[in-house]
Amino acid sequence: MFEQFLSTILKAEFLFSVIRITAPILFAALGAVVAEKAGVVNIGLEGIMMISALFGVLFSYWTQSWLIGVLGALVIGVLLSLMMGFFAFKLKTDIILAGIAVNMLGAGGTIFLLYMFTGMRGNTGALVTPNTLIPVVNIPLIKDIPILGEVLSGHSVLTYVAFLFVWLLWAVLYKTSIGLDIRAVGENPDAAGSVGISVERIKYIAIAISGALAGLGGAFMSMYYSQGWNSGMVAGRGFIALAAQAMGRGEPLGTMLSSLLFGLAQALRTKVSGLQGVSSYLVSVIPYVVTVIGLVIYAASTMQKVKKHHTKAQKGA
Amino acid sequence: MEQEDFVVQMKGISKVYPNGIAANQHVDFFVRKGEIHALMGENGAGKSTLMKILFGLEEPTDGEIIVNGEQVHLTSPSVAISKGIGMVHQHFMLVPSLTVAENIVLGMAPKKSGIIVDYKKAVEITEENAKRFNLLVDPNAKVMDIPVGMKQKVEILKALVRGARILILDEPTAVLTTQETGELFKELVSLKEQGFTIVFISHKLNEIKQITDRLTIMRNGKSMGVYETAGISEAEISRLMVGRDVVLSVQKEKSKPEGSVLKVRDLEYTNKWNKKVLDGVSFSVRRGEILGIAGVEGNGQRELVEMLFSLNVPDAGTATVNGENILQTEQRAIREKGVSLVPEDRMVYGIAGPATIEENVISDRYSKKQFNKGALFNVKGIHSESDHLIADYRILCKSRKQQVKMLSGGNIQKVVVARELSSKPKLIIADQPTRGIDVGATEFIRAKIVELSRAGAAVLLVSADLNEVIELSDSLIVMYGGKIVAYFDDTSQLDDMVMGEYMLGLKHQTDEEIRRVCYE
Ligand SMILES: Nc1ncnc2c1ncn2[C@@H]1O[C@H](COP(=O)(O)OP(=O)(O)OP(=O)(O)O)[C@@H](O)[C@H]1O
Ligand SMILES: [Mg+2]
Repeated sequence: MFEQFLSTILKAEFLFSVIRITAPILFAALGAVVAEKAGVVNIGLEGIMMISALFGVLFSYWTQSWLIGVLGALVIGVLLSLMMGFFAFKLKTDIILAGIAVNMLGAGGTIFLLYMFTGMRGNTGALVTPNTLIPVVNIPLIKDIPILGEVLSGHSVLTYVAFLFVWLLWAVLYKTSIGLDIRAVGENPDAAGSVGISVERIKYIAIAISGALAGLGGAFMSMYYSQGWNSGMVAGRGFIALAAQAMGRGEPLGTMLSSLLFGLAQALRTKVSGLQGVSSYLVSVIPYVVTVIGLVIYAASTMQKVKKHHTKAQKGA
Repeated sequence: MEQEDFVVQMKGISKVYPNGIAANQHVDFFVRKGEIHALMGENGAGKSTLMKILFGLEEPTDGEIIVNGEQVHLTSPSVAISKGIGMVHQHFMLVPSLTVAENIVLGMAPKKSGIIVDYKKAVEITEENAKRFNLLVDPNAKVMDIPVGMKQKVEILKALVRGARILILDEPTAVLTTQETGELFKELVSLKEQGFTIVFISHKLNEIKQITDRLTIMRNGKSMGVYETAGISEAEISRLMVGRDVVLSVQKEKSKPEGSVLKVRDLEYTNKWNKKVLDGVSFSVRRGEILGIAGVEGNGQRELVEMLFSLNVPDAGTATVNGENILQTEQRAIREKGVSLVPEDRMVYGIAGPATIEENVISDRYSKKQFNKGALFNVKGIHSESDHLIADYRILCKSRKQQVKMLSGGNIQKVVVARELSSKPKLIIADQPTRGIDVGATEFIRAKIVELSRAGAAVLLVSADLNEVIELSDSLIVMYGGKIVAYFDDTSQLDDMVMGEYMLGLKHQTDEEIRRVCYE
């Protein structure tokens, strides 16, 4: 059985699926990264993904263009996160509550919206046609390399975008002035305010970017991964993304690595549950166990960091 | 005096905070061009508030502000900055993980191709201004790694780089050593000579006398008038601030020390930069006596206190309180042995800012029987305890339910002191206990420390204020380079000059003389 297992996961096909499964988690996790950098906890990622996923399908169906579908999902993500921002920054509700509200909207509201717009219940299978799905790309040259080509080529456009965004987000955060402002606001809002940076504006920008990323994650789910929208589709990815952000220490690259770890865990689950003699219940627990283990490791290392920081603070402050 | 002479005219300023506190009431504040003007007053008198208004951080409820002859509405710091006003705040406004250069250009970062931060340029700007104003800083160091004195310079540079011609310094010297203060004063005087106007807040009367031209005194949110510094004595200033005569020297009867409470032996510690910051430190503190630690900051005092409260782990050595080990244990266990700590950094270790005064003062004792009724808190008991402490320690606040971070700097310190001195401690570790505290409250806290020690507590006092250690301590050790270099069993005959030589490492007692502080 073990050999059977090894031979499955050592295939190019398996690594391909890891990347595929990682992409939506990565989008949302990067969203968590920007928000967190500005000192905003975006706990509404899950809900934003759900709602954007639905609108991605709807927009692409109405316009028969996958691109407009994706952009529509992104815009919806931005609007939802701005709404969260409005509740949190303007009306001074707790941002966590605003996030929970968005998540509830994502869970219940989507079914209602779907029914309102299309008269369908629970899923959108019938709306999907090939030109409303995100196309896949075969990368010239790379696609001909054995194994590597099979792993890296043939993903959806958005998959590549996700990994490109790791670098892009890093550049925005560490190379641009808006990134500098975001980091300053997240770390010491009073200091940022005292030099004339509008703390509220920066927080809005950060949460909007966060929403845009989660929106793309949602579009990926419904317009590529599941090929249609259904109510159980996002399945906690928004929360796993938060864990990935935390485990990745809030940095884009680290977050990518931890997202890949979660992607790997999910892919394993799918593979292992296909094997004979393995309890499918036990297997379905894998991603969550990995999450918990990851968070424990993270917590332990943060404790270390906090201790160090304390002595540092005493030395410096 | 003609109108044009004033760069800043604040007329009839009132400020009522949303919680109903009237921090400023019809305050007039006029600053002449090119002067160093002191703003003085007790903790909570409204100094920071008035200056926050001038910097656009708080909106006045009433009154008008004229800057350079023009009526202005300072609705945000950016407006104030554009009018040439810069402020160095009472508590640092820096982003620790960013570099010095990044902090200096924050909010106005130089850019190339539109959005990319031109970091090289930022470093250039920093270096150029550092040179021009003779405020030397390391542009590439992260702010969290630099010493306090440099942080202060970064703050001043931050204001100057933004084109400030009027500089507000809110208690800039509270965290500085004597040397650093001296350096800062030289810089301020040179800025003044270049035509800058400086508003200077401090509780230290000698500093005020030393560098300011005029001073405005505030009490209870009102202005008590403007005076030429040369024409007013320190005693008069105190009287105007507090409304009564202040005893500036400590009155205490001779100590009758018995048996050691704290025993520290051969403590060693090498920090992560491989510097030996504690090098065979041994001493004891006895019941009924105040042992002072003098020394220039950065000679191991801070690390020593850290070790004694298990905030850090030494490489070798022992420390015991009444025979029981206190190294590497939980803070709670240390407190249960009767140790209390007034930490140097009140904002990090002293308080929980968003929590109320009440929560802060009972945070070390809420599990005691008298504050509990079965599984629930004895709310009445807690209320009366906190009201008691607020009254006893004259914490200026609206109610016990006020958030501590809303208090004035000195009143925050009083919250810490109230908690730490009221827990019937057997050993008090007081690290800069009167930092940022006005003369009246300083007098009170010193008297309290003396009272507790005479009632049998052992006190270990660390202070960068040489006057304070000499006056308050019964006996005294000097630290230099991580070592104890001198022990004086009687402080009444000490003079600053001799102390200075030990503090700067020019003199050194013999090992036998130093060993006497172990009382063995
Ligand atoms: N943000 C705030 N909200 C409510 N009340 C405040 C706030 N800031 C200050 N206060 C109150 O206003 C009063 C004046 O405070 P302020 O900080 O101006 O005093 P200060 O003169 O600077 O004192 P210190 O010497 O202790 O720094 C105090 O009673 C304080 O509790
Ligand atoms: Mg103040």
